Amino acid sequence: MAETLVRVEGLRRHFGARAGFVARLAGTTRPLLRAVDGVSFTIEAGRTLGLVGESGCGKSTVARCVAGLQPLTAGEVHIAGHEIRAIASGAAGPHARCQTQMIFQDPFASLNPRWRVGRTLSDPLSTFDRDAPRAAIAGRVADLLEQVGLSRGDLGKYPHEFSGGQRQRIAIARALAASPAFIIADEPTSALDLSVQAQILNLLQQIQRARQVSFLFISHNLAVIEHMADEVGVMYLGRLVERRSAAALFADPAHPYTRLLIETVPSTRRIGPRRTPPQGEVADPMRPPSGCTFHPRCPIAEARCRSETPVLRPTAGGVVACHLD
Amino acid sequence: MNHPAPGTVVLEAEDLVVERNGPDGALRLLDGVSLTLRACMILGVVGESGAGKSLTGAALIDLLDPPLRLRSGRLRFCGVETMPRRGRDVSMVFQDPLTALYPLFPIGQQLVETIRVHHGTSRAAAEARAHDLLVEVGVSAPRDRLLQYPHELSGGMRQRVVLALALAPDPTVLVADEPTTALDVSVQAQIVALIRRLCDERGMAVMLITHDIGVVAEAADDVAVMYAGRIVETGPVAEVLTAPRHPYTKGLLAATLELGQRRERLAQIDGTAPRPGAWPTGCRFHPRCPDRLAVCAREAPVLTPDGRVSMACWHG
Repeated sequence: MAETLVRVEGLRRHFGARAGFVARLAGTTRPLLRAVDGVSFTIEAGRTLGLVGESGCGKSTVARCVAGLQPLTAGEVHIAGHEIRAIASGAAGPHARCQTQMIFQDPFASLNPRWRVGRTLSDPLSTFDRDAPRAAIAGRVADLLEQVGLSRGDLGKYPHEFSGGQRQRIAIARALAASPAFIIADEPTSALDLSVQAQILNLLQQIQRARQVSFLFISHNLAVIEHMADEVGVMYLGRLVERRSAAALFADPAHPYTRLLIETVPSTRRIGPRRTPPQGEVADPMRPPSGCTFHPRCPIAEARCRSETPVLRPTAGGVVACHLD
Repeated sequence: MNHPAPGTVVLEAEDLVVERNGPDGALRLLDGVSLTLRACMILGVVGESGAGKSLTGAALIDLLDPPLRLRSGRLRFCGVETMPRRGRDVSMVFQDPLTALYPLFPIGQQLVETIRVHHGTSRAAAEARAHDLLVEVGVSAPRDRLLQYPHELSGGMRQRVVLALALAPDPTVLVADEPTTALDVSVQAQIVALIRRLCDERGMAVMLITHDIGVVAEAADDVAVMYAGRIVETGPVAEVLTAPRHPYTKGLLAATLELGQRRERLAQIDGTAPRPGAWPTGCRFHPRCPDRLAVCAREAPVLTPDGRVSMACWHG
């Protein structure tokens, strides 16, 4: 078994927990949004954990907490042996910081429009390796561009001169510049056209094979998750409801919500209308339902689902949070 | 409502050319698009961003504002060469239901106003009609919803309300531009099923614009595949998706991820779709085409029917 690179335990991120000055004087409390409410997982070196769920389930908040971009309300995140608070504050040293890099959804927003590509890529290199000579950095920048399928000639261009797919390649090259062991990719292909999505997914897999990086791969698209992930976490209203090996989860989904997600994926092979589309929508996260938060949409919910919150229990290839088998 | 029999041609567009006027002259965005919408049938229009899907829809409902303009082309509505009336003849649903609804009025007021503008009925009759429309699109507790503001509704409910607004004039044709793209997958399935049901029950002709071929497979009867301002292949969904002929359609289908099809490497179409103004000569797909011939770079293939499918490719 490979070594564990990323360990997340009981991660919580709540918003609006602290009342403002006026509210405190008035004695009212602001409502609490439990965006992430107790999420735990590990990622081994060179492996990919896919996180999937509908909008508002907290998957991007998990990504931002694990990347150190947001403080945790509670819980622990360890990456390569360092705690995230020490990494984010710089106390664990610059090397610990460059271990984790992030790729964002929208390559139109994630690149500085006023920087030439060369500067976008050399900036992380010179930040993480202050002693490197300029010529060495220039050589590495050119290598990076070629690794992601662009050419040296693109170094002097600005982001607006590239298509969406090419921009995402630049964002990937920037993430690789720091030679990270762990890359967080938050919906990296959602803003891209279909033909380009395949190019980017192939590139990410090729990078993983060549560099043995671990991925936290977030997507709302189950087919993309199935293609990319070794292990899959399904989130619903801030919690993991199922976390299992991709093979086990897709062969035999254990949670009713996972089954609902799988059933609703449109397929080009199934022509004609589906028999019955699933009913209902995700509840308002400010007012989550009691017990199992999925119970109002669950086709097999029983009385105890309304009152008792299920905890994760072992099942084939992972864990599931459901009272029913 | 007096709708033609199922399958009757209600709207024909022929050779639509749309341009954008700019400082450097006119930039061609849509280059000779022809399509036919039939009662009770859904035409799915797929393609990547910039292919001209939304422009085609906007041209049908006369929503092209300067600097965009319909340079040439003919529209025939119910056999008469005329620009169909917006609303009553052709109505439209947009991608993002939050921006399609006015945030400061309750949805009931927005529905009532639309109904009264199009039908000139009394307020009471319009209110009753608004209630019926909400029932028709599957909004729960319609009486309470009429008083709610858009922000109080979930994404799926909002899109249902937008559909109710589009149906208020009792349109013959509905253009739905990426109606499910902003929604979660489980809600997307509900809205797709709803559009199918409304099409069948009302006998409307529907143009369903989407980038998701899976949605077309699920809901549409016919499909038109667009690339760089033109239709490259069109025909019945069952034929085009099961036996694609154009290399671009083949590439798109091969690049589409399917559940249970885990592969080592995804088939990909190399390169990116060309931007308007930078369209290649000849067949616009030829620089990315794995099967290109010498003629492909020189001459543009025309959309030629072969059986029930039409395709624009030199491989025929």
